[in-house]
Amino acid sequence: MTDGKPKSQNKVGWLMALPASSLIILFLIVPFLLAFWFSFTNQRLVSPNPTEFVGWSNFSDLMGVGSLTIDPKRDAEGKPVYKANGDIQYPRMRTFTRNNPDYEHLQGMREWFSIPLSNDRKWVVLAKDALFMKALTNTLLFVAIVAPIQAGLALLLALLINQKLPGINLFRTIYFMPVVISIVVVSILWRFIYDGENGLLNAILGFLSFGLFEPVDWLGNPSTALGSIMAMSIWQGVGFHMIIWLSGLQTIPGSLYEAAALEGAKRWQVFRYVTWPGLRNTAVLIMVVITMQAFALFAQVDVMTRGGPVDSTQSLVFQSVQRGYEKQDIAGGSAIAVVLFLMVLSISLIQRYMSRDRS
Amino acid sequence: MNTDKRSTVMRYLLLTWVALLFVFPVVFMVVSSLKPDMQLLQDSASFRAFLPVGDISLDNYSNAWDRVPIGRFVINSVVVTAITVILSLFLCSMAAFSFVFLEFRGKAVLLSVILATLIVPFETIAIPLLMVVNNLPWIGFDGFQMGWLDSYQVQIIPWVADGLTIFLFIQYFKDLPRELVEAARVDGASWFQVFYKIIVPLAGPCFATAAILKFLVMYNQYLWPLMTTQSEDYRPVMVGLQYFFQLDIAWGEIMAYLSIITVPVLAFYLSMQRAFIASIASTGVKG
Repeated sequence: MTDGKPKSQNKVGWLMALPASSLIILFLIVPFLLAFWFSFTNQRLVSPNPTEFVGWSNFSDLMGVGSLTIDPKRDAEGKPVYKANGDIQYPRMRTFTRNNPDYEHLQGMREWFSIPLSNDRKWVVLAKDALFMKALTNTLLFVAIVAPIQAGLALLLALLINQKLPGINLFRTIYFMPVVISIVVVSILWRFIYDGENGLLNAILGFLSFGLFEPVDWLGNPSTALGSIMAMSIWQGVGFHMIIWLSGLQTIPGSLYEAAALEGAKRWQVFRYVTWPGLRNTAVLIMVVITMQAFALFAQVDVMTRGGPVDSTQSLVFQSVQRGYEKQDIAGGSAIAVVLFLMVLSISLIQRYMSRDRS
Repeated sequence: MNTDKRSTVMRYLLLTWVALLFVFPVVFMVVSSLKPDMQLLQDSASFRAFLPVGDISLDNYSNAWDRVPIGRFVINSVVVTAITVILSLFLCSMAAFSFVFLEFRGKAVLLSVILATLIVPFETIAIPLLMVVNNLPWIGFDGFQMGWLDSYQVQIIPWVADGLTIFLFIQYFKDLPRELVEAARVDGASWFQVFYKIIVPLAGPCFATAAILKFLVMYNQYLWPLMTTQSEDYRPVMVGLQYFFQLDIAWGEIMAYLSIITVPVLAFYLSMQRAFIASIASTGVKG
């Protein structure tokens, strides 16, 4: 019974590691590999036909884009023709995208967005899957706005909470509270706050502006819906990252602050030369965690807007679930999931690169 | 000094304003759950939204109770959460023990694969995971069947083991003195005895951390049970909310339901807030 040698630990080592490891392999790694496999097939949840390998076509269907400069319809003098509502009349997109031999590369595409050019012409960008493009740009926008703002506000809160004041723990407890509430519950509460007719937010803004503020249907208006979801998401998640900043702050030795005080450093200088350098690794970690969470935007959209109005709040995960689950198009949903994963992977590779560079 | 006093007051004022920003939806939720729908809608356009005034009653609670099987949903959530947490603590800590204290062939590869899963968001594997559980056999009290959909096990087993929990235990076990393990081995204890008699009792704080993180994930589950459960017999509280968004939306009842499923968690959090916050802080050491 002298099993100090590695060889004799093989059996017991595997025995103890295997239960958890096999669950991870079966329920995480196998589905992960399946997602890659499905994204190259035409797999459906239930289908009479056998699944076929289709190569890159799911991805080219998602990513296919084309562009076109179009001229308005013009009268004999070359002036644009106007519609009854005063808009300029352009030729219909479908004349280019449906069986037009001159524009074969645009076959089946839909208008994604357009940019006006001089002389009333416009540059139209078309996408094979305009809905996916909308979901992609919304998700990137969500990440690009939520990640820095949430990280910044979380740092401000952490600095606020890091003061030595009696009762400060009470405030820390309150700031963290939304984190333990389900995002589903939070989303329903905020639907009420954002409501156009009886919403709290309109009431508060009306009160602060002495009634000058015009009520807005925050979630029902395509120009405010995504921003409203962003604000709520920041509200819910900021306490989580405040705690991570705080544990970073508390690793900075007090002697550094004493030295800075002796040298007569101003508040801003203390932050710039003592606090911030001590938080660098925490900063990288927080940006990665927030970015990963932001890419996974789903429950808020599902509960508050279901992607609307006019697709202004579509997100990648929402589309992936819509296609893979509700439309039973496993291949289409998986292809979106793979795109999402590759973006998350590149973020975490950047993180590894950045933290390696500094150590 | 006068300026000092003033700055202290200003600090508390700022702290309080920020605190109000974080509590107001919760106060609104609980207060609204006590009001009839008409009054709720009227009040929500003023500061009365935060005050339990007017026609106050518990009617919304009894109506909500009549509309959906709240008790059933709560039981389902508690069963799923409790079993997952317990199994997770046991299996993940045991695996971490093996990774830290034992040498076995393939350990390095296995560990790096497990840690690599930390960067896979659940949302990216949800759909293929649905295919996997749909094709797994199960032997239960009512015999053999194919597919796990609409059951407890489909909500529990895929969530038991995860890279983060194993990682947290590994970090904790690494700092424990190895001499304890060696001494116990010399005394003739088996590896399993070393694990549960020596290591487990020393790792209380880490078990609390892992339990809290798992609890939050499991109790707040939404997407996965939405995809995998169809009957009220197995649906958890978050999915149960859907029942309120059918034809006529009764906001007072919704607020009552939200209060029922949220207030116990908040009470649990407030009573153990140090442990909650410590558990979040400990996830910050990764990377």
